[in-house]
Amino acid sequence: MSDLSTLTPYVSVSELPLQGMITLRADLSQKTVATAVKAITGLAMPAPRAILEKGAYGIAWMSHDEVMILCPYAECAAHVATLDKKLAKLHHLALDMSDARAVFEITAPTAGALRDCLAKLMPTDFHPDSLGVGELRRSRVAQAAAAVWLTDPKTAQLFAFRSVKQYVHDLLRVSGAKGGEVGYF
Amino acid sequence: MSHRLPQGGRLIDKARTVAFEFNGQKMRGLAGDTLASALLAEDQMLVGRSFKYHRPRGIVASGAEEPNALVGLGRDARFEPNQRVTTTELFEGLEAQSQNHWPSLENDIGVVNNYLARFLPAGFYYKTFIHPRPFWKHVFEPIIRQSAGLGKAPKDRDADRYEHFYANVDLLIIGGGIAGLQAALDAGKQGKRVLLVEQTAHWGGRAPVDGIELGGKSADEWITATLAALGKMKNVTLRTRTMGAGVYDHGYALAYERVTDHAPSVDAPRHRLWRIRAARIITATGAIERPLSFAGNDIPGVMLASALRDYLVNYGVAAGKRIVIATNNDDGYRSALVAKEAGLEVAAVIDPRPDATGDLIEAARSAGIAIKQGIAIAEAQGGKRVTGVKICAQDSDGSTGEVIACDAVGMSGGWSPVVHLWSHCGGKLIWDEAQACFRPDPARPPLSHDGEGFVFVAGAADGHSTAAASLKSAQAAVAAATGQAVKSRLPKVVEPELGALAPIWIMPARAPIQKRAKMWLDFQNDVKVSDVQLAAREGYESVEHTKRYTTLGMATDQGKLSNINGLAVLADALQAQIPAVGTTTFRPPYTPISMGAIAGEARGAVFQPLRRTPIFDWHVEHGADFEPVGQWRRPYCYPRAGEDRHAAVTREINATRGSLGLLDASTLGKIIVKGPDAGRFMDMLYTNMMSTLKPGRCRYGLMCNENGFLMDDGVVARLDEETFLVHTTTGGADHIHAHMEDWLQCEWWDFKVYTANVTERWAQVAVVGPNARKLLEKLGSDTDLSAEALPFMAWTDAKIGGFEARVFRISFSGELSFEIAVPASQGLDFWKSLIEAGAEWNITPYGTEGLHVMRAEKGFIMIGDETDGTVIPQDLGLDWAISKKKEDYLGKRAQARSFMDNPDRWKLVGLEALDGGVLPDGAYVIRAGKNANGQNNVQGRVTSTYYSPTLKRGIAMALIHNGPDRMGEVVNLTDGKGGQIKARICSTIFFDPEGEKQNV
Repeated sequence: MSDLSTLTPYVSVSELPLQGMITLRADLSQKTVATAVKAITGLAMPAPRAILEKGAYGIAWMSHDEVMILCPYAECAAHVATLDKKLAKLHHLALDMSDARAVFEITAPTAGALRDCLAKLMPTDFHPDSLGVGELRRSRVAQAAAAVWLTDPKTAQLFAFRSVKQYVHDLLRVSGAKGGEVGYF
Repeated sequence: MSHRLPQGGRLIDKARTVAFEFNGQKMRGLAGDTLASALLAEDQMLVGRSFKYHRPRGIVASGAEEPNALVGLGRDARFEPNQRVTTTELFEGLEAQSQNHWPSLENDIGVVNNYLARFLPAGFYYKTFIHPRPFWKHVFEPIIRQSAGLGKAPKDRDADRYEHFYANVDLLIIGGGIAGLQAALDAGKQGKRVLLVEQTAHWGGRAPVDGIELGGKSADEWITATLAALGKMKNVTLRTRTMGAGVYDHGYALAYERVTDHAPSVDAPRHRLWRIRAARIITATGAIERPLSFAGNDIPGVMLASALRDYLVNYGVAAGKRIVIATNNDDGYRSALVAKEAGLEVAAVIDPRPDATGDLIEAARSAGIAIKQGIAIAEAQGGKRVTGVKICAQDSDGSTGEVIACDAVGMSGGWSPVVHLWSHCGGKLIWDEAQACFRPDPARPPLSHDGEGFVFVAGAADGHSTAAASLKSAQAAVAAATGQAVKSRLPKVVEPELGALAPIWIMPARAPIQKRAKMWLDFQNDVKVSDVQLAAREGYESVEHTKRYTTLGMATDQGKLSNINGLAVLADALQAQIPAVGTTTFRPPYTPISMGAIAGEARGAVFQPLRRTPIFDWHVEHGADFEPVGQWRRPYCYPRAGEDRHAAVTREINATRGSLGLLDASTLGKIIVKGPDAGRFMDMLYTNMMSTLKPGRCRYGLMCNENGFLMDDGVVARLDEETFLVHTTTGGADHIHAHMEDWLQCEWWDFKVYTANVTERWAQVAVVGPNARKLLEKLGSDTDLSAEALPFMAWTDAKIGGFEARVFRISFSGELSFEIAVPASQGLDFWKSLIEAGAEWNITPYGTEGLHVMRAEKGFIMIGDETDGTVIPQDLGLDWAISKKKEDYLGKRAQARSFMDNPDRWKLVGLEALDGGVLPDGAYVIRAGKNANGQNNVQGRVTSTYYSPTLKRGIAMALIHNGPDRMGEVVNLTDGKGGQIKARICSTIFFDPEGEKQNV
C-alpha cells in the first residue's frame, strides 16, 4: 500500500487557504491581555484547552502562557502591531505565525467516523466526554506535531507545520480510506 | 485416522464447503473451520517437521498455544511464515505450505538428525563448534542456519495495509470467555468506558465446550443473552479477533486486531494495532492445558485432551477412531466423555492417580469407559502417526506393560493460568500447590504511576477451575479495579465437582534415559526432559540460564506448553521446590504479531514526514539531486544533462564565486527570543557576548551544552532592544528550541523571556556572489542596500521587488551575500523572480554540497563535520568567540576542567595532500608505533575534505594533536586501502583570508 491513488476516501480532507494566526505569549491572567485580545477578536480569554470563535475571529488556548488568535490573513500585521502597542508595558511576545502552518478541514459522514479517522493517527482521547466541540488539543498526527479541534460533530480542523503538509494530507487520506472504518466511536 | 463426523460442530456451517490447498494438494473444509480442524477433517495428521531433529509433527493444541502446526500462508506479496493453523480461520482459496523439511513433508532428509539425536543434546552447538574459531563464521554457522530455522522470510513487498488505533478507556478487559463477559457486564453497568477484546472469532471461551450450564441455560444461550445485554451498553465496546498483546507501564496496552485475515478479499487494513490507555486492566485470559511428559508424546495423533474435545464439539472433527486419554486430573475425563458421546471408541483413560474419585470419573465409569488408575503411558508408539500406547504402572521404569492400540491420544497434565499479560509489567506470581500452577499474586500486582496495582485477574487466568468460581472472581476483579461495589446477581452454575490433580511431571516416574530422551517438553524447539536434566547436571541452576542453554521456551510459542513442565523437571533435577526455581520472564507480545501491524500506516508515502521548503517544487522541476538533511530534503546539487554530481557542484561554485549563486536556506532554524531578560538569557546560551549586540546588527555565536561541548552555531540578529532572532543549524532548530525552553522552564524560571520557533514562517534565500547587490537593485528595493548603509553583519527590513523582506548581510561562502527572508507563502514567487531577474548574471542555484565546499574553502566549521559531540570550541580555534568577560555561560565550567583545558587535545588545522588530491573522509593521521591491539597509533583525523573548484585541488580540515603549532609539517594519513598518503598541515582558510570578497 504505497500507492495512495488506490484508496477510496470515506472522509474528505481539504487544505484551507491561508489562515491568519497570531501567537501571543503573555501572562493570560492579566486584564490588559484579555482586553487587548478582546479588542481584536471580540472574544473573552478561553478556558484551558478551549477555542472560541466569532465570525472570522477566534482564540485558542495553547498553554498557560500562550494563546493563538485567528483572524483574516491580511489583518495579521496590523493586529500584531496593536498587541505590541497595547501590551508595551507588559512582558509579552506577539508574532504573526500564519505562514508557518497549514490548516486542513476534515469532514466525515458521521461523528463517529470523524473521531475514528483521527484516533488512528493521534494519541488524543477522542471520546466526546474528553474532547468536545470547541476544544483544541495539541498533540501529534503520526510522526508530526499537530493541533486539532472539532468545529462541529462531523468536522475537524487540523493545524500542522507547513513543511509537513503533504505528509499530513497523505496521512489523513490513508486513515480516511474506505475499509478502514473502525466503528469504535 | 482423523475425520469429520456426521454430527456435531457448533462453529461450522455444514452447508458451505470451503476449498483450500495444503502443500499444493486440494482439500475441502467447512465454513467456520480453522485450518487445523479442516486439516484434521482431511486426515492430515502430519503437518510439519520439528526444528532440530526434523521429527514428524502433528497438531497438538486448538488455540494460540500451538507449537507444532506452523505453516507458510499465502504467496508472493501475501506470504507469511510461521502461522499457527489453530488460529487461522479457513477461507476460500487459502494456500498453506508446511515448513522445515526438504524435499517434502513426507520424505525429509533432515530427519537424519533424529537418528543422531543422542549426539545433539542441549549445548551441543556451544560445545562442538567453538574451535577452530574462524570455522564458526565461515563453516559451521552457514550450515547450521541452512538446516535450522522455521518459516521462510517473505521476499516480496507486503501488499496489504495496516493501521494503528488509539483508544482511551476506564477498563480494558482482555479475554472474552465467561469471566471476561461477566466483568464487562458488571463494569458496563457501573457506566465505565469498557473495551473487551477476545483473540478468537468467538465469545465464551471454553464454557460451551465443557458443557457448563449457566442460569438454567446452556453456556451458548447465556453467552448470546449476555452479548445482547452488552450490545445495548453504549459505553462498552466488544472486539473479537483482537488479542491483548502486551501490558506496559501506566496502563498502556497493545491489542492486535486481525481485521481481514479470515477474509483477505475484503479491501480493508489487514491488521490494526490498538494502542490503549486504560486506567485499569482485567486479564481474563483463561488457562492453557499442559502436555504430559511420556516417551513419544510428540508423535502426530498425540494432542492435548482439551484440543481433542474442542475439535469434536466445535468442528465435529475426531482426532481418531480409537482414543486413549491420559490425564492426571479430572478435566481430562471430559474429553473421554465427549469422545464417547460422539460415537468414538474410547480404549482407556490412563490416570496415574491410584485412587481418584469424582463426578466426572463416575460419569466416565458409568458410560462404560475403561479407567486405568495408577497407570502411566510408558511410551507412545508410531512414526508419522500414533499406533498405540504401551502402559505401565506410574511408579515404575516402564520396561514392561501391555500395548493398547489407538490412533489418537489426548493428554492432560493440568492447567496453567495464562499469566503472561499480568506478568508483562511486573506482576508477580505465587505457586498454587493444590493445582500445581503459578497464578497471579494479588498482593504484588503491576503498579501504576500512583503506586496502585492496575492489573486485575478474573477466571481461569486467576487459577479458578470452575465456572462458578470464575464468575465470582470476575465480579471481584471489577469491584477491585473500579473501586465500586458490584451488585449484580450471578447466574446459577451447574457443573461437576473436580477432584485434586496429581503433579506428574514425568511418566512413568522412574523412566530411564532412553525414555526421557523421547519425552518432549518444548515441541517446537525440540527440548526434551533429558536436555533439561543435563543442563542441571552441568551446573545450570537458574531457570533463565537453563532456558538459554537448552532453548526451552525460546521458540515462536514462547514456551506456552513447555514452561511449567520444563521448570518442574529442572526443580526436580536440582532437588529444589518449583517456586524456588521460578519462571522465566514473560515478555510481550503474547503471540507474535505482524511487522505490518507494528509499522501501522508508516510505509510508502507516509513512512516518515518528509519536510519540504516553500521552494521544494521548483527544485524538483529543475532536476535537483536531493539529499536528506534531518527530515528535510535539500538539493545536493542541480545536475544538468550530461553532468554528474561532481561536475554540477563544480559548475555551481564557479558560477557563484564568479558571478551569482542562489541557495534555498529556508531550513535554517529561526527562533525568536524576547523579553526584558533576553540579553541575559542569550549571554548564558552563547559562549560569546550577545547582550552587547546593537539592534540592526548580526553576530556569529557558539552554543555549548553544559558539558562544554559545541552543540550548535549560527548568526544572531538583534531585532530590537528586547528581541533577538537566533539562527540555528538546519538539524538544530527543534532541539535548540527545546534546549531553550528546558533552561527557561526548569532552571531560569525567573527570567522574563519568551521564545518561539518561527523556522517555518519564513522562506530564506541566500543571494551570493559579486553580482548579488546588482540583482537586488535591479529588482528594486525601498531600502538602501549599499555597503555603507547595510554593511557586513547588518540587517534591515526592506521591500524587495514588491516582497516584504528581512535582509541579512551575512556570508557562509566568503562572497558578497544577502540572506533574505520572506513570508513562507511567498517564498516560491520570490525565488522565481530572483531567478528571472538574475538571468543576465547567469544566476545559478546551488545545493548543499556547493554550500559545504565554499564554507570549507573559507575555513568555516560545520556542526556535525568538525564537531561530533566531543569537540569544544577551543579545539576548533574559536577562542575568539568565547567571552573572557562573562561570569558564566553554559559550558564555561566544563571547559575549565583539566581534560578540556589541556594542550594535548587535537586541534583544527587545514591539510593539503602533497599530490594535490582529495584526502579520504575520516582518514586518520598516523603516529609512530602500535597500540595494545596492534593497530597504528593515531594523532588526528580528517573532519572535512573536498575538491575545491576555486583552487582546483583537494582541501581538507583535520583535528590534529598540537596541530596549530605544526604548520608546514608533513604527516601521513591512512588511505583506507592499507596504504598511506602524505599531507602538509596548513591554515584552515584556503581562500581569501582577508575576507575582501565578502566585505564589499
